[in-house]
Amino acid sequence: MSKRNGKAAKAAPEIPVQMKGAQMIWEAMVREGVRVVYGHPGGAILPAYDALSPYEAEGKLHHVLVRHEQCAAHMADGWARATGEVGVCIATSGPGATNLVTGLATAQMDSVPVVAITGQVPTKLLGTDAFQESDVVGVSAPVCKHNYLVTDVNELPLILKEAFYIAREGRPGVVLVDICKDVQNAEGTFRYDFEIELPGFEPWPNVDLECVRKAAALINQAERPLVLSGHGVQLARMGHELLALVEKAEIPVVTTLLGTGNIPESHPLSLGMGGMHGEAYANQAVQSCDVLIAVGMRFDDRITGRLDKFAKQAKVIHFELDRAEVGKNIVPDVPVIGDLAETLPALLPLIEERRHQPWLQQLKEWKGETAQSDILNYEVDELIPPYVIRQLWFATHNAPGGPPIIVTDVGQHQMWECQYFTHDHVGQLLTSGGLGTMGFALPAAIGAQMAYPERLVWAVAGDGGFQMTLQELAVIKQEHNLPVKVAIINNGFLGMVRQWQQFFYDKRYTGTPVWSPDFVQLAAAYQIPALAVTRPDEVGPALEKAIATPGPFLIDFRVKEEVNVYPMVAPGAAVDQLIRRPKPAVMQEYSGVQPSW
Amino acid sequence: MKYTLIAWMRDKPGVLSRVAGMMRRRNFNIDSLQVGHSEAPGISRMTFVVDGNDRMVDQVIQQLRKLVDVTQVENISEQPIVAREMAMVRVATNADTRAEIVQIVNIYRGEIVDVALDSMIVQIVGSEDRVASLVDLLDNFGILEMVRTGPVAMARGRLERSRRRGTAVWRAQADGRDAVSTERFKTGGV
Ligand SMILES: Cc1ncc(C[n+]2csc(CCOP(=O)(O)OP(=O)(O)O)c2C)c(N)n1
Repeated sequence: MSKRNGKAAKAAPEIPVQMKGAQMIWEAMVREGVRVVYGHPGGAILPAYDALSPYEAEGKLHHVLVRHEQCAAHMADGWARATGEVGVCIATSGPGATNLVTGLATAQMDSVPVVAITGQVPTKLLGTDAFQESDVVGVSAPVCKHNYLVTDVNELPLILKEAFYIAREGRPGVVLVDICKDVQNAEGTFRYDFEIELPGFEPWPNVDLECVRKAAALINQAERPLVLSGHGVQLARMGHELLALVEKAEIPVVTTLLGTGNIPESHPLSLGMGGMHGEAYANQAVQSCDVLIAVGMRFDDRITGRLDKFAKQAKVIHFELDRAEVGKNIVPDVPVIGDLAETLPALLPLIEERRHQPWLQQLKEWKGETAQSDILNYEVDELIPPYVIRQLWFATHNAPGGPPIIVTDVGQHQMWECQYFTHDHVGQLLTSGGLGTMGFALPAAIGAQMAYPERLVWAVAGDGGFQMTLQELAVIKQEHNLPVKVAIINNGFLGMVRQWQQFFYDKRYTGTPVWSPDFVQLAAAYQIPALAVTRPDEVGPALEKAIATPGPFLIDFRVKEEVNVYPMVAPGAAVDQLIRRPKPAVMQEYSGVQPSW
Repeated sequence: MKYTLIAWMRDKPGVLSRVAGMMRRRNFNIDSLQVGHSEAPGISRMTFVVDGNDRMVDQVIQQLRKLVDVTQVENISEQPIVAREMAMVRVATNADTRAEIVQIVNIYRGEIVDVALDSMIVQIVGSEDRVASLVDLLDNFGILEMVRTGPVAMARGRLERSRRRGTAVWRAQADGRDAVSTERFKTGGV
């Protein structure tokens, strides 16, 4: 049934069992392979919580109590991004459910498989504005792949099975199941062996091999080919195939924010991230290539800038699973619709071995120009964020237990992370790209850490965003000292917005200065060890201490305040019309280790 | 340009709001929308007229196809089709105008379905153009109230069979049978 993991099409017949709706929820989850659910109880979901207790006692499922339902969704999201499995969150009716919405929207925008369970008022009270009633199916529909209201206990097993199926298959997304309280209390027949029949759901469109051939022909003729790769590569687990492809034909690669690490960033063919805060050479490459091979991405405005000026010299090939994304923003010359796990392997043998030296030489020159003004090529005597991020890379990239996972929040620090951390592995960076949700880092890092207890997980957040969800520090403790490390890039401002105000609103900093508590004391209140760092020479030792300390650790990096993210493409401008990185004022030659480019 | 689309969808509460919500959210301009039963139990048929260009209509179709409850979407704008709408118009009358209105309605093969002292209700079924032109004429006498359904449409010629059928569960639900205990549970084989 599931195409990618090739599960048996037909489930073994089973004897139906009578049980309460509340129990069916957990029974279904166990069968779906769920291990952890993130949630917050309340009246309308109490029967479900009650039925959870034997499953917890037997160690089949583990419930994590969050401090705000938004974070339940973010934790499920972090888990799902890290593992590729469906993440699960649960909340009560009314405010519990509406609190989930931001988290669900975040996951859905980034194609993350999440199933959300919400309690609803009893069937007979539906539509009466009952206590804690809200139209959750209505409220969440625009941010879900699909959703359900369950009013009959006997429909619950099939609906749960469909929910997981829809969330996982094809382009992943969010499915919410809203279950009336009386349905949870009612006895019904449970079985899980039915086949799913959804005539309106076509997760894996058939691949037209003729399109693959056309794509290959275009690529084989290209003089200046370029791959623009996105999250789809990661979702299809096609990083290796992509690398084989670009090595065979010597094609440089630009990624989207969520495509970060699709091929190792230290690879000579990697140009890093493109778009609004992509390096100038990456965007110049997009604007100058003659064949643009877009792979598993959707031409978001943050990557394309002004659409009518985007990649004008290029013939565009678009490899994409979701048909609706093909032609939505950019009309490709060759659309290749289908699972990348089918189309890329089909493409590879049709691609000729080629070398593109003049093109790569050109890119190298552009890179050289950029490197000259790169802040990291000069001694720093102040604590500036790019330096912190670069040190974070030095301190973590060889971590035992596998590549570190960096979970960012949203803002300047997020862009610096992309620019100054070298991601050599797919899935190393978890970040809210589509919705850009501040407050994402800490809860999503908790989800990722629970999925990979052995790996080093860092939440990197701004002082603004961290304060949106910092209450989840309590979860770190309650979950037995989860070893999540937190880096706050504390610049006293909602930095990214301040930057826009500086550039586009004459430096009128309305609403962007941020007062923060003493984060070290705050951490102490949560019994989490912490340090404040104010000077560049303290960064390395502080990071080492954080990593060496078992359990969680928080570092408050009190960085220089008004530093900007460069380069920057102004919103609505063409991607090569960018504000370049000025040379740092203090220009001592840098003697330290060079960044990877 | 105007496009006529037909979508088949599961006949279940909330489906209309999903479709309408998606259209609004994506800023698609719907000229008219008609829903009713189709020949398949459990499946409704929706006729849309949307205003836009080829690219936009392609997006409408693709986004509609992504809705799990929508089973099929067809763009019949370029095919020969029969499209009809119905209108009821309450037009002001008096002794002097009544005969003339009846004549006009007869020419258009409409029907007078209700008569009052100072008004009557005219019913017409026809192409959008024909309905519009009758409405224009009646406007000269004073239209007091009007309702137009917007067109429903079918392609002419032979029908290519396709995925229009619902599932056993949907059919059972449509027939008012207990969906749960019927066909669905046979699939496991017990
Ligand atoms: C929930 C939410 N509200 C508002 C924004 C708009 N926004 C984008 S970046 C940003 C500033 C973030 O400031 P901070 O967390 O301090 O990070 P910095 O940019 O300083 O690194 C804001 C307010 C957002 N992305 N998400």
